[in-house]
Amino acid sequence: MHNLLYLLLRRMRLPLIVIILAYAISILGLVLIPGMDDQGNPWRMSFFHAFYFVSFMGSTIGFGEIPYPFTDPQRVWTTVAMYLTVISWLYAIGSLFSLLQDPAFRRMVAFTAFTRVINQLREPFYLICGMGDAGHLVIRELAAHNIRSVIIDRDENKIQSLRLEELPTPVPGICADVTDTSKLRAAGLLKPECQGVIALTGNDHTNMTVAIISKLLVPELPVICRSETHDSEANIASFGTDYIINPFDAFASRFAMMFQSPSMYLVYEWMTSMHEAPLSEFAAPPRGTWVLCGYGRFGKAVREALSFKGIQTVIIEADIARTGAPEGVIEGRGTEAFTLYEAGIEQAVGIIAGTDNDANNLSIIMTAMELNEDLFTVGRQNLSTNDTLFAAAGIDIIMQTGRLTGRRVVDLITTPLLGNFLRMARDQTEDWANVLVSRVVGVLTDRPPESWVITISTEQTPAVVELLNGGASISLGDLLKDPRDHTAPLPCIAVFIKQADNNEVLLPGDDMPLQIGDQLLLCGQPSAETHMRWSARSLHALDYINLGYDAPSGSLWRWIDAHTHRGT
Amino acid sequence: MNLEKVFFAFFIVLALTLNFGFFLGDLDDPNHHNVYELYAALVVSLIATIMKFGDRAHIGAVLLATSLVADLQLIAAVVVWTLSVHASDVGLTPMIMASIVSLSGGALLANVTSVIILVTETVMFRR
Repeated sequence: MHNLLYLLLRRMRLPLIVIILAYAISILGLVLIPGMDDQGNPWRMSFFHAFYFVSFMGSTIGFGEIPYPFTDPQRVWTTVAMYLTVISWLYAIGSLFSLLQDPAFRRMVAFTAFTRVINQLREPFYLICGMGDAGHLVIRELAAHNIRSVIIDRDENKIQSLRLEELPTPVPGICADVTDTSKLRAAGLLKPECQGVIALTGNDHTNMTVAIISKLLVPELPVICRSETHDSEANIASFGTDYIINPFDAFASRFAMMFQSPSMYLVYEWMTSMHEAPLSEFAAPPRGTWVLCGYGRFGKAVREALSFKGIQTVIIEADIARTGAPEGVIEGRGTEAFTLYEAGIEQAVGIIAGTDNDANNLSIIMTAMELNEDLFTVGRQNLSTNDTLFAAAGIDIIMQTGRLTGRRVVDLITTPLLGNFLRMARDQTEDWANVLVSRVVGVLTDRPPESWVITISTEQTPAVVELLNGGASISLGDLLKDPRDHTAPLPCIAVFIKQADNNEVLLPGDDMPLQIGDQLLLCGQPSAETHMRWSARSLHALDYINLGYDAPSGSLWRWIDAHTHRGT
Repeated sequence: MNLEKVFFAFFIVLALTLNFGFFLGDLDDPNHHNVYELYAALVVSLIATIMKFGDRAHIGAVLLATSLVADLQLIAAVVVWTLSVHASDVGLTPMIMASIVSLSGGALLANVTSVIILVTETVMFRR
């Protein structure tokens, strides 16, 4: 604020001096030049009259020649004074407007407003650096979960477009270099309300710088960092970054899981699915030889994961020397039929278009489909703006880097329990996953399941805590009942519980007693979450579930109730 | 030599000298206090104030403050003069004149402070 004022005063110095001089000269002239009163006696304007006259003349209001009609010498001087004052006003107002329009000044105004908003922010928030596809998705999803975030991006247009978006909670944003420590501090890095830093720019080195800055200034603050090469991943991990997300590795391991255990893959997909995404149909990819176009970071990760599962890949790569492709690689882009023939597309079961160019990827898949229409297609989509094109191409699996990264970040923030669950689930058999999938499908309609976490605590489940403190015992099954009809279960299942003593149980049974501090991971229809939170909050609803009827709350009715139900 | 510094010092000192010129004379004698001199003192004082705008150093802030005090005192003197002559029948009585001159005396003190700060800063700034 002070900086703005100083800048304004400094820039307005000359225009203001010009106005004062113009007024001073005009007033002095009018006072010195002899005039005449209405009786024809010589008369001179006093300073007061001159100031009054110049004030309304200079502002072009013009009340006329006051108090007596002017003599010719006075009129000559007034003519001069008119031009003098009007021009000086125009000059001053012009300078003021050009200052207000000045990009540097506007940046400063925006920055001042931003710091004020951040200083007044009293809710927990996440600091997001970089607003690419991933950053954008994280902002929208966090806003949908009622979690505040603050964004820094180098691109002014992206920050502007954020203001036009209708988000449930306002997201303050600033256009700045994310590696500038002072800007990170202005964005609230040091504030106690800051819950974590998320570095999602497209540049590994920038992300690493952000992680270093935040780990140096606030060591205990969690940092989530995107990294696309193993090199920088190791570097970022070396100074204690909490979560590193490599979208290529993440996709490759999921993709490989599809071959080994389709049900397990489905469990993973569901638990990490996005807010209100449509229920996608799932087709397991066939085993056999796959053609992999592009041996960059994506191609390498996929090939490694697939060969781990014993699946052959034939690589097509345009720049063999740079990518260091192994023996047997076929040189070419893959967009031409002859390269695909050379790779044996007719015998292959699937094709993966994994170059960093969307047009090439689409071309590869369309060409390949013409040669062999039974192919299972996997396409890498680099830009979110190509959504409609990739959807129209009928690709079986689309890997969108930004969306994948963004989803991972959202999961880490909104359902931290998910990581524990997925780690335990990975060790289970395919049969176990099959059972889980059929149970989840049993409670679903046409929408994909939502997952949510409930912690048994005074904030989230005051009714449960009150009953537990009163010595009552409440089991998991009670919470899973519909508060409107106690005989019906809610359309959801408890997939994981982390008990207060850090004991973790997969698929806990209905009879498991709840304790204060338990964290439950549930999965099912979104409406179930609303009902469950209601019964966990309302003592009446919980009583109804427990007793099977609406318990009276007044003392008289309670007395009657105790007598009528005695013995039943 | 820095032209900006010349102008700066010029206006600050001129504000003091004009102010002093108006102040000089019998306190309540209108003949000793020229209205043009008061006018010039006010205009120069306003310009001196604006010259000090936008200086973020501590000494700059103090200079701006003393200048604002001088402006305030001079404007008060001008308002008293205007009201007594134009807005009432009192006229320039010795009592009114005395209060005008003493108001300008206050401005004189503020201007003296300005000049002292200016001189101090100049002496400290050995370059």
